[in-house]
Amino acid sequence: MIGIAIRPGNRASKVAGLIGKEGETVMNIWLKIAPDNTVTAIIPHAEMGQGVHTALAMMLADEMDADWSKVKFQEAPAAKEYANYAVAKGFIAGNADFPKFLEGTIDGIFLTAVKSMNFQITGGSASVRFTGQYAMRIAGAAAKSMLIQAAADTWNVAPEELRVDKSIINHPSSKRSATFGELAEAAAKVKEPKQPELKSQDEFTIMGTSKPRFDIPAKVTGEAKFGIDAVVPGMKYATIKAAPVFGSKVKSVDTTISISQSGVKKILNMGNAVAVVADGYWQSKMALDTLSIEFETTENDQINQEDIFAGYRKAMDTALSEGDLEKHLKSGDVKEAFENAVNVIEAEYQLPFLAHATMEPMNCTAWVHEGKCELWCGSQNPLGVRAEIAELLEMDLENVTVHNQLLGGGFGRRSETDVIKQAVLIARELDFPVKLIWSREEDTQHDVYREATISRMKAGLDESGQPIAYDHQFIFKHHPPEAADIPYDIPNQLIQYSSPKSFVPWGNWRSVDHSTHGFLTESFIDEMAHAAKQDPLSYRRNLTKNDARFQKVLDLVQEKSNWASPLPANWGRGIAIAQSFGSIVAEVAEVEVNVEGKVKVHRVVCAVDAGFAIHPDGFIAQMESGIIYGLAAAMTGEITIENGAVVQGNFHDYPVTRMEDAPKIETYILNSGNPPGGAGEPSTPLIAPAVTNAIFNAIGIRVRQLPISKNDLRLSIRPTT
Amino acid sequence: MVNLIVNGADFKVEAENGMPLLWAIREQCGLTGTKFGCGIAQCGACTVHVDGRPVRSCITPASSVEGKQITTIEGIAPDKDTLHIVQQAWIEEQTPQCGYCQSGQIMSAVALLNENPTPTDAEIDQAMSGNICRCGMYCRIKSAIKNASQTIQSASTL
Repeated sequence: MIGIAIRPGNRASKVAGLIGKEGETVMNIWLKIAPDNTVTAIIPHAEMGQGVHTALAMMLADEMDADWSKVKFQEAPAAKEYANYAVAKGFIAGNADFPKFLEGTIDGIFLTAVKSMNFQITGGSASVRFTGQYAMRIAGAAAKSMLIQAAADTWNVAPEELRVDKSIINHPSSKRSATFGELAEAAAKVKEPKQPELKSQDEFTIMGTSKPRFDIPAKVTGEAKFGIDAVVPGMKYATIKAAPVFGSKVKSVDTTISISQSGVKKILNMGNAVAVVADGYWQSKMALDTLSIEFETTENDQINQEDIFAGYRKAMDTALSEGDLEKHLKSGDVKEAFENAVNVIEAEYQLPFLAHATMEPMNCTAWVHEGKCELWCGSQNPLGVRAEIAELLEMDLENVTVHNQLLGGGFGRRSETDVIKQAVLIARELDFPVKLIWSREEDTQHDVYREATISRMKAGLDESGQPIAYDHQFIFKHHPPEAADIPYDIPNQLIQYSSPKSFVPWGNWRSVDHSTHGFLTESFIDEMAHAAKQDPLSYRRNLTKNDARFQKVLDLVQEKSNWASPLPANWGRGIAIAQSFGSIVAEVAEVEVNVEGKVKVHRVVCAVDAGFAIHPDGFIAQMESGIIYGLAAAMTGEITIENGAVVQGNFHDYPVTRMEDAPKIETYILNSGNPPGGAGEPSTPLIAPAVTNAIFNAIGIRVRQLPISKNDLRLSIRPTT
Repeated sequence: MVNLIVNGADFKVEAENGMPLLWAIREQCGLTGTKFGCGIAQCGACTVHVDGRPVRSCITPASSVEGKQITTIEGIAPDKDTLHIVQQAWIEEQTPQCGYCQSGQIMSAVALLNENPTPTDAEIDQAMSGNICRCGMYCRIKSAIKNASQTIQSASTL
């Protein structure tokens, strides 16, 4: 049993009106009970297929000993009471393990901070780790304790004599029993326990099983409602064309011709974009495409992708020579260690900008009327949306309502508010609701991009091949802050970065900085192993000897991938491992490179220390998803800038992984007894290095530039062995 | 005005300037299960059946399918209380993640299994190559197609 402090003050009364229906009892802000004995978990996170509604309801239900067949969920309203203090706490403090005596104060501080930040975000692979651990389980355990007390009071017996089984409280000696539904009203009047007792992992009955996901049935019948499916009576449709060059503005737009086209209601010059409102998407898009729009020239008009990379290199050189590189980490004496090294290796890596390319293009339906604003969208941060729109329209928060819908892919993109602001600014000019839908081209060319980067790495090895010095310089540091750390035991390290000016908008992209550093660290450690003439997996094992969790994951992936077994000619195996978002993931890729240089990934073996997987099948699905998402980027993912604008526009020139390119994926979960790790992101960073390390193993060519498709891997240019 | 027959029901839609079937179905027939993904027949999210064959509704002018039998995701179940075998298999394999592409995936899979109830892996790859899933659930989509294929086979041997 684990005791965790509960925040003082019962907020249930404030939210009862927001979440409760007639006859229901709101036990606390995270759960309510109906007379028919159903328990509803209130989930403050957006569903984008990660199964968060199901997994968090399971955490609450297990602590409560609820009957799973009578458990439902409801997405929390975008209200301050659901500002996600637990998520923010994890983000800000970096982990969830606080000394117990600090919790009361820390919770109070963070809750205040987060409420004022209007933070209700789904991201950072954090829902289970923080909201689940710190809100759902405590809420369930507290409710159970209150229900037991209510039964004890009613029957005039000691609470210790009562047993809870599947939403029924029994008093075995008198054979009395009552359901949660019958006891709820009385239980809600019981004082909340200060330290509800949580189960230990071996007491779980629902957590650790793979319950069918709540969101799936509607997704196979077409009934599931995404943002783009919102229907508001009287609404019209809008399309938009933003200035292609970032930072440019509309110079002129000739509105006279197209307004006469059928169904067009309004043409709006929005400063940096032109929008057309019409009866339908097609009418709007046809009119938009025929408009003649001129955009202002800007200082970015002449900038091409190679200029951006050249600028990064120059910024790094300048910062280095002027001593202006920002320190990420410094340990030992790197200079002296390099002098003592018998073998020094160096490499420069280059990674491209990446778009998110969610299946559902950006969209938002907005209605501004009578001093109020109503929004229908799929957002990873609905409370943030409310706050930003209230500020934009100079309204009180209370006058902005967000009807959050399912998200047709998030990956970080739907934590932004750009399209929502556009929809609101269009709707403000209209006396009817409007649904703004971006074309795929608009979506690709006006994304917020995963950063392109240049990285310079250098290592010094001693006579046994052990690394004694490590020097890494890279461009841009966002978050999480530890992403550039390496798990390897190298005594002397200097990790620095530079942050040059960039006009290409940046955004969170699945696994954020881990998506670059996973590739950099795991490619370069492979180069070190090769320089040391050692097996790359053994090399990693030797350098993580003090980390028992890493050792176990390496053992598992070695065994399951059959690491040392022979492969045909031009086939290779590569490994990569990293800890991110609380989980340790290792991947082994098996690839074939044919004579024309085409790479086929046949199989990926994924081993993960998940801490504890709350929903194992959902965890496996997330590993598979993260691998395919990362594979698309590794193989062909590249956004390039030409004359200040994005070149790519659609899936023909920003290709993604399709079924015939998808490898067989085997995922093996280790429950190590640690707290649950994240699932949505930790498998993404490792597939690129696993594949490029496998390419090296297959044909002896080291891929230092992504995407892989940029590299010439033909038979004729391969080194002879 | 164009006369469409969608899931057996008649609709009169405005479809000038070559309006694709996709927008007629979504905005005028009120059936939002069919999704917009790319607009150029690259992603398959808009897949519907016309006289039983899978087509990309985002590039098919509504006027070109007047009078033909159009079936959308909302129209494949045998009745309102029973799912199609393929939909059932999708649930059993817990296939969708975000779910946005799944209507199109299911429509392509149903068309494949109608033509070829026992597809090989390579035949599944070929038939499904036009349907993108950004959540990367290709392993599960394939498993679900095989699951449905087995159900069809065991039903036909009864």
